[in-house]
Amino acid sequence: MRLKLTRDLIRDELITRVQDLSGQSLLQCYQCGKCSAGCPVVHEMDIVPSEVIRLLQLGQLDEALDSKTIWICASCLQCASRCPKGVEFSSICDALRQIVLRKRMATPRVDADDVSAIMVSDAPQMGVVGALRKLNG
Amino acid sequence: MKIPYYPGCTLHERARDFDVSARECAKALGVELEELPIWTCCGAVFPLVTDSVMDILAGVRNLEYASRIGDKLVTLCSFCYNVLKRTNRVMRDDLEKREKANLFLRADTAAREEVESYTKTDYTGQVEVLHYIEMLRDVVGFDELRKKVENGLGGLNVAPYYGCMLLRPKKEMEFDDPEQPTVFEDLLATLGCDIVDFPMKTECCGGFQIVNDEELAVMCSQNVVSSAIKRNADVIVTTCPLCRYNLDKKQEEMIERVRGFRRIPVIYFTQLLGLALGIDEEHIDFSDNYVDPRPVLAEKSLL
Ligand code: SF4
Ligand code: SF4
Repeated sequence: MRLKLTRDLIRDELITRVQDLSGQSLLQCYQCGKCSAGCPVVHEMDIVPSEVIRLLQLGQLDEALDSKTIWICASCLQCASRCPKGVEFSSICDALRQIVLRKRMATPRVDADDVSAIMVSDAPQMGVVGALRKLNG
Repeated sequence: MKIPYYPGCTLHERARDFDVSARECAKALGVELEELPIWTCCGAVFPLVTDSVMDILAGVRNLEYASRIGDKLVTLCSFCYNVLKRTNRVMRDDLEKREKANLFLRADTAAREEVESYTKTDYTGQVEVLHYIEMLRDVVGFDELRKKVENGLGGLNVAPYYGCMLLRPKKEMEFDDPEQPTVFEDLLATLGCDIVDFPMKTECCGGFQIVNDEELAVMCSQNVVSSAIKRNADVIVTTCPLCRYNLDKKQEEMIERVRGFRRIPVIYFTQLLGLALGIDEEHIDFSDNYVDPRPVLAEKSLL
């Protein structure tokens, strides 16, 4: 992957916004990879949790926002629970989703009309509500 | 003894068996779960972004309703427990959010024309949120519980599945160790079960991703289920309706994916508790389980 590194990108206000929204300091992460190692859905991610953080440290917000990763995270909090530096990737992930959803930068992954009749009649209510809140905004 | 109880949406609908068995067990233990006279959905997931007051309001309202009838609030669903406990902590520790949320509460009460009685009582996180397991441990006491066990469950190999929401984040949930929790085992030991320790007991079942990416969630669930089967469990017990759905109902898909897949029943811990306390099978209600636990229970002479 080719990255263009500039001071402007690294200090972009949206990067600050990610830190504010998530309450996490990106530079705390020293790239040990423990978050990625413990994530139950990591094998389906295009960019793994520690890589997302590295990209953000380098100002590459678009890469992070365009990733599949932020939509398949199950918010299980394992990454946050195991990070030796106390960084909560789960919160960073929520912040990235919120940036997309609030600005309507992409169609929501779970559309209220889209949740098939079977799911609504079969799945537990909290699962449907949870998915809509996390992935629809 | 009466304790305020928040069932949450799922226990009123899809997980009636969880609700009914829990109430009956509590009754047998001398506790009346007093359902909140008014309650709403708690929102199911706690917002992980820092700027949102709106997203915690549902939880705040339910906590405030609870504060009108008691100083504790018992709940069963792991998601509700997570949301209510974390929301309560915000109301206790985050003065700015507390202030804002109380403005909403005042607007609510004004809308309901109850201004007189409620405007002065701001909600400040005074209610103690308890999981039913904590109620068993701290209010009833495992020793007392042991005395009430009518049918010991010896010989039944039970795999306790914690999942995510009871345990994480540890510093807020303060439920148990996030990697090596033991409270579920302690409870099951009280009932006489043979406990099966399995490495996936705190791994995610895929959670709400079942609605977005079914295959992904089934894969997560399959890892959990297979791990318990490999350790020779007879049943898996859980305390979350979503875990139950993913682990139990989705075995339908696992059978198709894995050749020679052996099915395993997944039941709520309150159903097992009901068996031990000698509650009528009608109140334990195994009819909603996809994989029927009755054959294995009968084989172990527990039915
Ligand atoms: S576990 Fe923490 S420090 Fe290690 S890579 Fe992940 S976020 Fe960074
Ligand atoms: S919260 Fe998301 S990123 Fe973190 S471990 Fe769970 S699924 Fe993976």
